[in-house]
Amino acid sequence: MSSLALDQTRCRGCGICLQVCPHAVLTMKTERVEIVDIDACMECGACSLNCAFGAITVSAGVGCAYAILNGMLRGTGSACACGATPENKTNCC
Amino acid sequence: MNENCCCHVFKAAPTMFKVSSRLNLADYLGIIQVRLGIARDSYQVKPGLYAVGNPGNDSEVLVSANYKLSFDYLRRELKGRDLWILVLDTNGVNVWCSAGKGVFSSSAILDLIKQTKLPGLVNHRRLILPQLSAPGVCAHEVKRKTGFSVIYGPVRAFDLPRFLDNDLKADEKMRRVGFTLGQRLAVVPVELKIAGKYLVLFLALTALLLVIKGQLNPANLLAKALPVSGAFLCGSVLVPIVLPWIPFRSFVLKGWLLGFCWAIACALLFGFTFWNWLAGLLFLPVLTAVLALNYTGCSTFTSQNGVNREIKLFARPLGLAALAGFIFFVTGQIVHFF
Repeated sequence: MSSLALDQTRCRGCGICLQVCPHAVLTMKTERVEIVDIDACMECGACSLNCAFGAITVSAGVGCAYAILNGMLRGTGSACACGATPENKTNCC
Repeated sequence: MNENCCCHVFKAAPTMFKVSSRLNLADYLGIIQVRLGIARDSYQVKPGLYAVGNPGNDSEVLVSANYKLSFDYLRRELKGRDLWILVLDTNGVNVWCSAGKGVFSSSAILDLIKQTKLPGLVNHRRLILPQLSAPGVCAHEVKRKTGFSVIYGPVRAFDLPRFLDNDLKADEKMRRVGFTLGQRLAVVPVELKIAGKYLVLFLALTALLLVIKGQLNPANLLAKALPVSGAFLCGSVLVPIVLPWIPFRSFVLKGWLLGFCWAIACALLFGFTFWNWLAGLLFLPVLTAVLALNYTGCSTFTSQNGVNREIKLFARPLGLAALAGFIFFVTGQIVHFF
């Protein structure tokens, strides 16, 4: 079950959350957004981060077992092994 | 990766480069190389502002990651167009993963806008971002701090020409992330390469054991190595292929089920002894399940809380099953030795 939660009283119906959701979890109903498919939510956090009215909350993260296990071993929370961390700078061309 | 550099530096502005929308042979060889998992940790483009065609001060500004594969897939869709591409430093990681980790972020965009003096270069105040950068970017924050409106473009670069020709509007299909057979298989060689070294180690150990027993021949090696090698391939190749059709939502259960079927097939095929039946049915499904769990990171729909739950729920049972399987295997070896 996803941790996605929507406070409809804060929603202004701008619809940016519908644009950024990759799995059509939300839909627009009479100028307010509504959750229609919560099981499809992957908790990427795009809707919540882009909502200017704070209407959406979700405990966001990356659904990658390797990253999660890696984080557990290092005790740092989820940590990608693919170099995608801010401190992991490498040289480029 | 100097040989992969696709740009020549404009002398005047140190962060501005010109780039072609046509990929050359070296680019395509690079794509094959990176898909095979060779030197893919350093497959980067220099961050900065890139000019495609002859952009002017009314041309649109696209934003992308500095993983060369992302950048190449983007620019090859821009044939015959004049555009700017703002390439962020994402440590050579693709758009979605780097956004998920907050590296492709609002602050990275703010910094690069400042560095490249973008406001003086274009008259409009629009940035077109890939939709999948949204987990890392806060559109209203970028707008408030820079004046640039963020427009989220399609998920795939492939849809970008239609998006650009359609007044920057994406249709339903452009906004959805799927997971087609081609996409599921594209990451298999890399995963095989990462996990494959353990398989090679296992094959070497098996061969060594047979040498010690004086029974090394191809038929023997096949019979001894096939159950584990097959379970390995079930997890890393078969799971991605049949993923949507295996029952269960959990990746661990999906993998375990395939591994269990494989273990029964092996037992019937090779006429397992009693101890090997026990060992095979306990151990082989665990191997497949762990590889399937690892595949969550390649998939396009798993959530962190979901994967966390799977690990918490299955880590102990899988560990115990593997241990018991190993003990039964060793017991069988000892019993049959005497």
